Amino acid sequence: MTALRVVVVYPDLLGTYGDGGNGLILARRAAWRGIEVELTQAPSDAALPDADIYCLGGGEDGPQVRAARSLIDDKTLARRAADGAVVLAVCAGYQIAGKSFPAADGEPHEGVGLLDIATTKGVGARAVGEVVADATGLALPPLTGFENHGGRTALAPETIPLATVTAGIGNGDGSGTEGAVADRIVGTYLHGPVLARNPVLADLLLSWALDVEELAPLDDSAAMALREERLGTIGGARGGWRRRSPNKTR
Amino acid sequence: MRFRLAVVTTRAVNATSRRLGRGQGTVAGGRSGLKVDPNLLQHLTAGRAVALVTGTNGKTTTTRLLAAALAAGGDRVVSNETGSNMPPGHVAALAGDRAAPRAVLEVDEIYLPRVLAATKPTTVVLLNLSRDQLDRTNEVRMVAGTWRAALAAAPHVTVVANADDPLVVWSAGAAANVRWVAAGMGWQLDAVGCPSCQGRIGFDEDGSWACVTGCGFARPEPAATLTATDHGTTFHGVWADGRSHPLTLALPGRFNHANALMAAVAAETQGIDVADGLAAMAAISDVAGRFTIRHVGGVRTRLMLAKNPAGWSELLDLVGGDDGPVVVSINARTADGADPSWLWDVPFERLANRVVVATGDRCRDLSVRLHYAGVSHVMEADPVEAVRVAGHDGDDAVDGIGNYTVDAIGNYTAFGDLLGAKG
Repeated sequence: MTALRVVVVYPDLLGTYGDGGNGLILARRAAWRGIEVELTQAPSDAALPDADIYCLGGGEDGPQVRAARSLIDDKTLARRAADGAVVLAVCAGYQIAGKSFPAADGEPHEGVGLLDIATTKGVGARAVGEVVADATGLALPPLTGFENHGGRTALAPETIPLATVTAGIGNGDGSGTEGAVADRIVGTYLHGPVLARNPVLADLLLSWALDVEELAPLDDSAAMALREERLGTIGGARGGWRRRSPNKTR
Repeated sequence: MRFRLAVVTTRAVNATSRRLGRGQGTVAGGRSGLKVDPNLLQHLTAGRAVALVTGTNGKTTTTRLLAAALAAGGDRVVSNETGSNMPPGHVAALAGDRAAPRAVLEVDEIYLPRVLAATKPTTVVLLNLSRDQLDRTNEVRMVAGTWRAALAAAPHVTVVANADDPLVVWSAGAAANVRWVAAGMGWQLDAVGCPSCQGRIGFDEDGSWACVTGCGFARPEPAATLTATDHGTTFHGVWADGRSHPLTLALPGRFNHANALMAAVAAETQGIDVADGLAAMAAISDVAGRFTIRHVGGVRTRLMLAKNPAGWSELLDLVGGDDGPVVVSINARTADGADPSWLWDVPFERLANRVVVATGDRCRDLSVRLHYAGVSHVMEADPVEAVRVAGHDGDDAVDGIGNYTVDAIGNYTAFGDLLGAKG
């Protein structure tokens, strides 16, 4: 088999919140198991390379619009996703993966359309803080992460939420859900990065990309200690909402 | 009347707070004073020559250097040297010295528009702008936008701005008078999107840049440039008119020499001779504890502060040449930002093969980051104990030869914990 190709999409536009770590984590976890892997940081001024796993991260309003435009024009991401490539899309990347999201001026902007979701500008407060969510959509242990967004994401009736929020806001459309899943596309608002705090999700994505049922276990004691701390600290109580300037969209 | 009462209140609360051992008391006193007179900041700066210093990294150091340079002109200078960089801190410092004709204020990035409107400064120094405390600031572009609007509305101000940072240039671009300084930029990742047209900024290897989408936004011609020779150990400031001044500092690192050049140009706009200003800066060796060597838990330790990916990147360059043990301490309290995801933007891989101890409130986040960076380490949540552990491991690492120093780097409150630790 040729090397597993992991691509971090546009770190120059979607690299604001440390989500590039997701690509590194996937690559390391493959390499530690003896799987040949190639990690590429794909800048926005070049054609997006073909890959088996794409990671999209959070970014600011202007760069988010630019990233969406480039991905739509480039066509590679939609084509590879249709061919079964795995996509992990976080925050601004999650919104881009949907049908539409609000641009800096609040007007709806077209997304890549991998997920049947639509994001609109939230009213008033931004969702900022720790999140705990039951990963009902994928039958995983509880998810932990940190959210920082102003958008509210509504899922189409047939779109499966990634998780049900027990602390935090998540999609924020009143459904109590967080993220979305469709085939091998996973969208979420969780930073941390999400795969640092949830290594089981990382291995699920790897198993999809490699078409295997099981992967050899790794020493995850550091991540387990972090999970224990985060899940224990948060419980039901959370820092709560913080007042934000009302013209923010993400 | 209200003003006089506010000043008295500020000073009284400060003094009481200090007597009770609650730190400098600057914030408490300032808050009380502002309650009595909401326009206290405006009143306390009226009639003084005010310089404001802001940016993501280097604010406290540059403020200290600029205050020293301005004092070289013979006038007394008042400054918020403790790093309390919001209005209560400004008010507390200013109330402490009503007579000083010059004031140098370090200003939190978000507060610049408000402080600028209140203090009517003659000089504003814009150092750099990159990601920091994103749970509070949300987006660096939004901060740049507020700077731009505030400076456009202040035609009396001379701005001293880093020409190498596109977001700073965009912020200062609407100002009436700008002195551009090529102070360098170690962190370009937040500046790739053109702030002017949403296109893309292209950087050349020599540090020059322009919008490649073609909107015409480009690096302005600098009035002064930072140059490094002897493998980055010797620095000069070279002025466009041909003058060259050696930058000789007690503080280490490229970034501190950049801060000094910015301060020298800012002092020059207020009539201070560059050579005199630089001579005054050369004596500064301790800026609120940064880079000081002291004993922590009985171990000789060099204390350093880095708050965000840009700062960490510069600091890891600085300590990269050493091989001694390193303590990394990370907190995520309010002043640090609640989300330590930024650890994944820091090139911790550079610490491979060093003795590393992870500590601080969020040492578990750090430990996971180091694990994936391939940096073997031990975790010890207590910072003082962590330094002790690093000291002992260091003994082994140098075969008991000793005489080494542990490098301890913390983000904002973690650094404060180390600085306040018992020797």
